[in-house]
Amino acid sequence: MDLGAIDPALLLASLMVAATPLLLAAVGELVVERAGVLNLGVEGMMITGAICGFIVAVQSGSPLLGMAAAAAGGAGLSMLFALLTQFALANQVASGLSLTLFGLGLSALMGQGYQGVKPPPFPRLDVALLSDLPLVGPVLLSHDLMVYFGLIICAVVWAMLKYTRAGLILRAVGENHDAAHALGYNVVGIRILAIMFGGACAGLGGAYISLIRVPQWTEGMTAGIGWIALALVVFASWKPGRVLLGAYLFGGVSVIQLNLQAAGVAIPVEYLAMSPYLITILVLVIMSADRSRAPGSLGRPFHAPS
Amino acid sequence: MKLHNILTTAVAALGLATAAMAQDKTKVGFIYVGPIGDGGWTYEHDKARLAVEEHFGDKVETIYQESVPEGTDAERAITQMALQGADLIFTTSFGFMDPTVAAAKKFPNVKFEHATGYKTAPNLSTYSARFYEGRAIQGHIAGRMTESNTIGYIASYPIPEVIRGINSAFIHARKANPDVQFKIIWAYTWFDPAKEADAAQALIEQGADVILQHTDSTAPQAAAEKAGDVITFGQASDMAEYKPMPRVSSIIDNWAPYYIARTQAVIDGTWESQQVWHGIGEGMVGIGEITDAVPDDVKAEALALKDAIASGDYHPFTGPLKKQDGSDWLSESEVADDGTLLGMDFYVEGLTGEIPQ
Repeated sequence: MDLGAIDPALLLASLMVAATPLLLAAVGELVVERAGVLNLGVEGMMITGAICGFIVAVQSGSPLLGMAAAAAGGAGLSMLFALLTQFALANQVASGLSLTLFGLGLSALMGQGYQGVKPPPFPRLDVALLSDLPLVGPVLLSHDLMVYFGLIICAVVWAMLKYTRAGLILRAVGENHDAAHALGYNVVGIRILAIMFGGACAGLGGAYISLIRVPQWTEGMTAGIGWIALALVVFASWKPGRVLLGAYLFGGVSVIQLNLQAAGVAIPVEYLAMSPYLITILVLVIMSADRSRAPGSLGRPFHAPS
Repeated sequence: MKLHNILTTAVAALGLATAAMAQDKTKVGFIYVGPIGDGGWTYEHDKARLAVEEHFGDKVETIYQESVPEGTDAERAITQMALQGADLIFTTSFGFMDPTVAAAKKFPNVKFEHATGYKTAPNLSTYSARFYEGRAIQGHIAGRMTESNTIGYIASYPIPEVIRGINSAFIHARKANPDVQFKIIWAYTWFDPAKEADAAQALIEQGADVILQHTDSTAPQAAAEKAGDVITFGQASDMAEYKPMPRVSSIIDNWAPYYIARTQAVIDGTWESQQVWHGIGEGMVGIGEITDAVPDDVKAEALALKDAIASGDYHPFTGPLKKQDGSDWLSESEVADDGTLLGMDFYVEGLTGEIPQ
């Protein structure tokens, strides 16, 4: 055993990197579900965003443009889901699942010829002098920009849902779409916007993996993170703060368990391998012992009475 | 009445014709554990599938299913392939073993070939490659080139195949450099680029300057490249896009000759159940180009080791060797038998940590 080999600063830094794709995807899905829509296509939108971002970043040489393309790709794919569920009133669970399958296939097709290609490096935050500070520098001030973007988007969603009129309307639509409709709100329009936002966030999360965390394109490279994001939203009781906590817990424990293994800690590897799932679920379940519950209209189709 | 007769004859003739056509074409199925585009394990199996198509042309039709999860669900995929009329089915991952055995029982007329397993049946063969021969060469290069004396190893699942690779690499790294230490991470996946990248990152942060991997994607290569002064080896496929650094050499699986031979055996009706375990000598295990990042003398030693293994002069598991607990395993110049190697469930002396059970 050699715990001294683990550098806490580096550990915290890689923890934030591991958590970011999950955080982005989960915050997007949270907004969708707060609007009363259950989109199980997160995995498909992530992988589509991953390849859209990758292609554009490689072709243009600009990783930021790639990120924009990833958001557009994820949002574009989510429009298919919006079309099916909001206009054709198709079953949301089935549509979401097929969106995932479609996204996986589509991304594999689009990614032909991009295996082994290296994307342009992503810019990092580099505050003069401050980024060189011990501990604080590597942990807080020298990440790629998307890590901060994930935190900002989480905070914005939290503030919007809690303090703004827009957030109130979104929640009303999710809690009781008939009442919201009776009040004169455009339920379908609001839901489509929420679905697009969710798609864009999932796309960003996917591109974070293909452009920054790994960085390369491989078919199926999101490897189930979209599903973890979906579960995270539920266990976080549809609250942005808890999504943030859950994502960092999951990312953190995943990284820590790898480090503990490498350091040769005498905990059986099976327990270490299951620990990210176990600890995240445990903490969030204990926290949701209060009376939080799912949005009232979650997953129910809405058809405006005429 | 007459019309009826004509029709019946016509239908019968049509039936015979289609049956004859179906017999003409041999259908070969492949079950893959990952996506074809993984750049590693499944990619090489699919390359061999394409080689089968090219070799036989119109005589053979191939079908495949990718990203089939290991476990019970695999049986459904195999069964479906058999129902589609496949004459020969290759299941290309260790975790497909029991599903393949079950499917072989259900379809006695279909021939099955399971990669890296050990269970056979009258219509079920196993085939594998002696990857540990390639691991010996990797271990030697790693031991000679490491400066931190720390070598990181991303393992997948605790099965004999993976444990054999770790032991073989470790024995030869130690021979080249007695101070070498291995840090091993069990990823519990064959394919998860993000996790593989994280594992590589963790190993590099803890001082490893060589990363060996037994997972299928190129993500650890990218992580090593990002870190700079770290070398890696291509796994299952050449991974040539990471040449000359970090990838300094590779183990390449070459399944094509075997797949072509077995398809031919089915066509000729000479197929028989067998257990095949081929290495560098037979060409099933290839060693990818050793790049200029490796010093000339190390490269020469590695190539000499490769030749000795290929000719059969040297076996990577040659005594004296002890097990991790210090008990004797092989005495002076004794060579490990295939039975022990196939069921290997212990580390050799010098490795730290425990194998997950």
